[in-house]
This record gives sequence, structure tokens and C-alpha cells, in this order.
Amino acid sequence: MTDLPGYPSRRSFLKASAAGVALSGLAASASAEEKTPPVPLDQYERQYLNAEEWAFIMAATARLIPSEGDGPGAIEARVPVFIDLQLAGDYGTADDWYMEGPHDPTAEPARGWQTPLNPAEVYRQAIPTFNSWCETTYSKSFADLDTAQQDEALTALQKGQAVLAPELRDFFTILLANTKEGYFADPQYGGNHGMQSWVYIGFPGARAAFREWPERHNIKYPLGPVSISGERA
Amino acid sequence: MARQDKKRDVVIVGLGWTGSIAGIELAQEGLDILALERGHDQNTVPNFEYPQQIDELKYGVRLKMMQKPSHQTVTVRRSGDETALPYRSLGSFLPGNGVGGAGTHWNGLNWRPQPEELRLRSHVRENWGEQIIPEGMNLLDYPVTYDEMEPFYTRFEKVAGISGKAGNLNGVIQEGGNPFEGWRSEDYPMPPLPTTWDSTKFQEACTAAGLHPFHAPAGIASTAYVNPYGMQMGPCNFCGFCERFGCYQYSKSSPQTAILDALKRMPNFEYRTESEVLRVELAADGKTATGVTYWDEKAGEEVFQPADIVILSSYQLNNVHLMLLSGLGEAYDPLTGEGTLGKNYAYQMNGGVTLFFEDDNFNPFVGHGANGVCIDDFSVNQNDFGALGFIGGSYWRSGTFNGQPIRSMPLPKGTPGWGAGWKEGIGKWYGHAMSIGSHGSHMSYANNHLDLDPTYTDRHGRPLMRMTFNWQDNDLRMNQYMKSQMEPLAASMNPTSMQSGFKDVGAQYDVRPYQTTHNTGGHIMSETPAEGAVNKFSQTWKAHNVFAMGAGNFVQNTQYNPTGMVGGLAYHTVHAIRTQYLSNPRPLV
Ligand SMILES: Cc1cc2nc3c(=O)[nH]c(=O)nc-3n(C[C@H](O)[C@H](O)[C@H](O)COP(=O)(O)OP(=O)(O)OC[C@H]3O[C@@H](n4cnc5c(N)ncnc54)[C@H](O)[C@@H]3O)c2cc1C
Ligand code: SF4
Repeated sequence: MTDLPGYPSRRSFLKASAAGVALSGLAASASAEEKTPPVPLDQYERQYLNAEEWAFIMAATARLIPSEGDGPGAIEARVPVFIDLQLAGDYGTADDWYMEGPHDPTAEPARGWQTPLNPAEVYRQAIPTFNSWCETTYSKSFADLDTAQQDEALTALQKGQAVLAPELRDFFTILLANTKEGYFADPQYGGNHGMQSWVYIGFPGARAAFREWPERHNIKYPLGPVSISGERA
Repeated sequence: MARQDKKRDVVIVGLGWTGSIAGIELAQEGLDILALERGHDQNTVPNFEYPQQIDELKYGVRLKMMQKPSHQTVTVRRSGDETALPYRSLGSFLPGNGVGGAGTHWNGLNWRPQPEELRLRSHVRENWGEQIIPEGMNLLDYPVTYDEMEPFYTRFEKVAGISGKAGNLNGVIQEGGNPFEGWRSEDYPMPPLPTTWDSTKFQEACTAAGLHPFHAPAGIASTAYVNPYGMQMGPCNFCGFCERFGCYQYSKSSPQTAILDALKRMPNFEYRTESEVLRVELAADGKTATGVTYWDEKAGEEVFQPADIVILSSYQLNNVHLMLLSGLGEAYDPLTGEGTLGKNYAYQMNGGVTLFFEDDNFNPFVGHGANGVCIDDFSVNQNDFGALGFIGGSYWRSGTFNGQPIRSMPLPKGTPGWGAGWKEGIGKWYGHAMSIGSHGSHMSYANNHLDLDPTYTDRHGRPLMRMTFNWQDNDLRMNQYMKSQMEPLAASMNPTSMQSGFKDVGAQYDVRPYQTTHNTGGHIMSETPAEGAVNKFSQTWKAHNVFAMGAGNFVQNTQYNPTGMVGGLAYHTVHAIRTQYLSNPRPLV
């Protein structure tokens, strides 16, 4: 393990606390490393999603967490990259889940994930189905709708009005969950670019050392976030 | 043909909290011990190191420390009329996996049950009469008393390294402790941890209301500490990545910090990982076990491991599953009440209030798994069951414990779940909310039980265990009572707004949201073989050389998190093995 600068190893930590020495924050010793900017989203090399799916994910996440207003949107946070990588990995393929049949995808939602499809397959089948619902309803696929229509279509999807087969029923739920995960997870997973979402809400990321803070009552923690790889913002 | 390995004195199935306790205590007898653990090896270094461990997605959301349903899971139905369906992805409960078990990534709230909870049926009979027991509730007394258990609770608390303040020292009530707890022969090994802002507000509101706040008993070190095995802990730094994470700095009480390094140094102890026990093998007469058969993942083969003593310490769900598969008792039939395995499965009944304060900063990421201030004013031994119309009680707690934003983003009612309104909401409210939780008892019922599923099998072709479970009115009424008491207290704190989440009568069990990993019962303790699967020493009635540890022993669940009782019972059991069984192996009751 390489300690982040300013972070004590276990031994020095124990020594420091035994001696009653307050641990110094790491901001002072921090020097922001300049990083090469990531590839623009339109040049990003997709690992799982195809072109139609990518266009949908770009458009849908941009409505789930829009860019307007304070704080980053899903696009600035590079949430689509996160989703692509997650679907290409063991989350997409549900490696850890019990996927043996028989399946009853019509079971009520309180009974949990019951579709025979894994999350990557749900995205694969649900996106074209939902796009054709958009075609029928608006004569355009989702990505080509204006933002008000997109919001309306997503609301219909969420409410189960843009009817999907029972196997795909949980699509909106996982799309929204994965979008928020990509917004808030450590940047090593491709989203939360520059830790902008953490800066926005005031979450210090991987600092995880607050020995002197429990009794600093009602004082806002002042330091910005660090990531697992040692980035600061 | 299965490979057969050399015989051991003791084989331990699962190396979590109870397996580690059994390992070290029996190793001190000089016995030749082998522990089999289905999961991977893991230790503070290198597995929980900073900063890799500080990863909400991997551990908090993708649950990489937990049991993988693809390897082992259960099926669930809410009544006998439903077809059970597999618990395919983890939600409601998160069984541990790998060395240390769930003891690695628990919260660390460490409680002893109240004396009344161990004799609940008698308590009800003496105070209100048995007619208040609802039909279908299998209300029981434990076959052990609080006084018998007290030294073993104390022992576990010393080993685990618990921080807190006694409320009742040898019968004398102590200022600042929990006045409603059972007596303690000694104070906690470490003083309480510092108090965060939310807990302080809660504490003040409780005091103003005439209630009795005290610090949550925490398996989290408040100072430097050396336990009876010579294991060292250092004070917690409120890193906030506690529940669902391994502690990167030897502060959370766990098998790793409290036992395993000392145990691994003992030459007569060996452990094997990726070794999943498939069944306990019984002798031809069915009265003793000859050993266990396990799947050696690395070798890709089944192994028969002979042993004189078998300790089942694989967590409540896995223990019951193994016992059902091995014929270590008869399966419980809820219609006739016959049979004992799978009987009295119980859980936990929780609720809470979230309070928003627009001008307060709670820094919710500054916390630990067992942070906070509690009250026991609405606990089992304080409630007039006859007047209130339910049997049970709860403890309340307020304290930050994980402010990680994927999982912890409370927003006032009416805030949209996505879109511009959601984004505005998270900017406005993150860090400005606190909560008070009610953690309540759960009784046992004929309808809530475990058996083998007729349809679904695991990767070894064994039937999955089937859970038949739903919420019952008695516990839901208890929960609603807590709501009626908690809301006025929360309102007295003058939040900008507040909202409650308490299940109400009619609620159906939903396997998706996390509730607790406090699954109990299924191999309950009893005075006689007709009522339960094990005797008061956790020795199976069926085979005297098989001992089944863990919360499977609970006759019904208490209002508290289970591990204080689980650890106490484990010490009670190993004490009986050391002092009574080894010299003369036989049924101890
Ligand atoms: C997120 C979380 C938070 C919790 N918080 C609290 C809390 O605050 N307070 C509290 O009191 N309790 C808490 N608990 C519960 C607590 O962790 C358990 O009560 C405790 O760990 C039980 O100890 P055990 O020895 O029975 O099981 P475990 O510690 O889980 O150990 C069981 C071991 O057996 C292994 N195993 C299972 N099956 C097999 C097999 N067939 N062959 C070989 N090995 C096997 C498992 O991999 C595991 O390592 C929490 C649990 C979780 C998951
Ligand atoms: S909060 Fe404390 S005990 Fe928990 S993981 Fe962090 S340092 Fe360890």
C-alpha cells in the first residue's frame, strides 16, 4: 500500500494518537496532479453498448441528471462511460447472482429480480423496445425528442405506461440506479469525472479519516474530496 | 470417490465470529483443529488497506464482501400458498463470506438481551397471562438465564473490545449508562466514543423529555486496547466506511482484530479457505457425526474430513441448511408443530424518522457503524404488553454511520427522484439530515419457518433452503407504537421538516431493500428434544458431537442486534465443551 501523502500508516497512526497529536489534514501536503483530459464522449470507445444504445444512454442520463442548474449533470460526470463499463463487467453479466430457472418475471416486484435476463441483456432488449414506443408515440426515437418529451417519455417508462415485457420491467429502476451510481462512485469506474458530484454536495470521497471531527459540532467539513487514486478537487 | 483426509479432533465449519471463538478456545485445549471456510482468506493487511477499501460502489453497492447468491442463496415465499422464488441478488439481508464472516463488515452494535427477553414467555405469563399471546406465535423461554450468561457476555465483550458505559453494575444503576439493561459484573472494556452532532441533538431532546439516553455499545475502539488474547486495537477515526467494509486500521471489532492472528499462531490450528462444507456425515446409528464432506474448490473435488467433534459456525442460514441436508433433526412442520429444524425463524422489526434541518451541518460521512446515542425507554422490559396490545419493544438510536452518497441520500418528501429537482435537492439537503431509528424485536410464529425448496438447487445440486416469512401483526403494532412515540420527540427538535418510515399492519415482506442481517432461529435451543434442535449448550439433540452456534439458537429474536448474544452463547458453549464434554463425550443434557 502506498499511503496518500498526509495519511499516517497504521503504526504512525497509533503512535500519533497515543501521543495525543491531532492528525493533520492532507490538503496542505496536496499537490494537484495535472491529468490528461479524458477522450470526449463522442470519441469514447464503447465496451458494451452499441451505437443506438449509446445514443439512448447519453440522452436518457442527461435527463435523469440534467446539466442545467447548480452541480454537474450526468454528461459532465461521464455517467454514460460508467454505465458502459459496468454492463461490460460482472455487474452486467450478473456473475454473483443466482440466475438458474425456472423464472417467473411476472412475480410482484417485492419478490426481487426474477427475470431470466441479466442487467446487460435488460438494457440490450429494453432500449430498442422503448425507442419503438417513442416512435409510436412521438414518431421519433428517444434521443431525437425534445427535452420536455424526453422527460414525459421517461416518466411513462417509470410508471410502467410505456409497456415493456415483464422480463424488462425493472429497466427504469436499474437505469436510474446505475445513473446515480455513476454520478457518485469513485472516478476509477469511469463516472463522477473530476469528483464534481462530490464537490457539489460536499462529500469528501476517500478521505476517510476524521479523528478530530466528531465533536466539531455543526461546523461544515471544509476540505474537498480525494479519490482512491489520489486525485484531489 | 471423495478424497479422505486425516482425522482431526475438531472440524469447524465457517470461520466468522463463532468459528473463530470455537477455534481459539478449543485450540487452548491442545486439540488438533481444522477450520473450513467456503470463502476467500482476508486480513486487515492487505485486504482492507487504505485507500482501496474506501470504495462505496464495490463494497457498499456491489457487495463484494458478501455471500454470492450464485454460490449459495435461499428461496423466499411469504406464505405457504405462494411459490417460493430465489433470492437472486442480495437485498434484505447480506450474509458474509470469507474469513471473518459477517463479523468483518458488521456495524459493531454490541448488545446483551435484557434478562426478561431470555424468559419472555414466563415474563408474559407472570404479568399478563398467556391469553395475551396471539394465536400462531411460538413464544418461548430460552433454556439459559441472564445470570448464567453474564460471565460469557463479559468475556465476549472483552475479547471483541466493546466501548460503552455500564448502566447497571452489579445491580447499582450508573449515571449515563442504560438504566434498563441487565446487571453487569464489570464496566465495558473501553469508554464510550465521542458524540456527533446528530446524537447530541437527540440526547438533548431525550433528556428534556425525561428519557434516559446513553451511548450505543460499540464494537469500535475508543482508545488503544489489548484484549485477553493479546490482540491490539487502535482508536477509530470515524472514517465512515464501516458497515459493509473491513476496517483499514484495526479499530472495528472483528475476528481479524480480536482473534485470528493469535489463533493462526497456534500450531495445532489449521484453516482452509475455498472449502465449502456440503453436509455433516452421520454414523450408521445416527447418534454421532463422523465428520463432514466439503468441496475443495482449488482441487475441484469432494473431500471427506473425519473428526471427533463438528462445530457448525457457518451463520444462521447456512447452519440450518446444512442441518436439514444432513438429517441433524426432523424438519419442522408448521401444521402439526412437529419437527424442530427450521422452526421459529425470526427477523427484526425496524422503523425510523428522518429529520431535515436546513441550517445544521451533520457531516454524515463522519461516523462509524455503531455511532450514536440510544434510549431503551420503549424496550421490552419497559412496555406494558397488556395495555399496549403487543409483545415486544425496541431500542432507538441516532448517530451518523455512513454518509456515502449512493446509499445515503435522504431527501424531503416531494423531492423528485430524478431530473433538475432531484439535483437541486441533493445540493440543498446532503449533510442537513439526521435520523432516529427504532430497532425492534421480532417474535417467532408457526408460519415463519425454513425448510428445503422442492424446485431450486445450488451449484452442487443440493436443494436450496426455502424461507417462508412474512411480517406479523404483533410486531407491526409494536412498530406503529414506536412511530406514535418517536414522532412527537422528533418534532420537539424543531426540524425544518421530517418524515417517518414505519411498516404498518398489512405490510408484506419485500426482499429488495436492506433491512438487517439479523436472521434468527431455525436451530433453536430448548429444554427438550421435542421443542428445539439443540440443548442449552448448542449441542444438537440428534448427534452429541455436533454443536451448532450462532443466532440459529435464538428462540425468538430480541430487540437488539444479535452478536452480543451470539458471542456470549459461543463462549457458553465452548466452556461446556472444555469443562464437561471433552473428558466424557456424551449428551450434556
Ligand atoms: C452489514 C451487516 C451489519 C451487521 N451489523 C451488526 C451489528 O451492528 N450488530 C450485531 O450484533 N450484528 C450485526 N450483524 C450481524 C453479525 O455480523 C452476525 O451476527 C455475526 O457475524 C454472526 O456470526 P457467525 O459466526 O454466526 O457468522 P459469520 O460471522 O457470518 O461467519 C460465518 C462464516 O461461515 C462461512 N460459511 C458459510 N457456509 C459455509 C459452508 N457451507 N462451509 C464453510 N464455510 C461456510 C461464511 O463464509 C462465513 O465466513 C451485521 C451483519 C451484516 C451483514
Ligand atoms: S469507522 Fe472506525 S471502526 Fe469503522 S471502519 Fe472506519 S476506522 Fe474502522
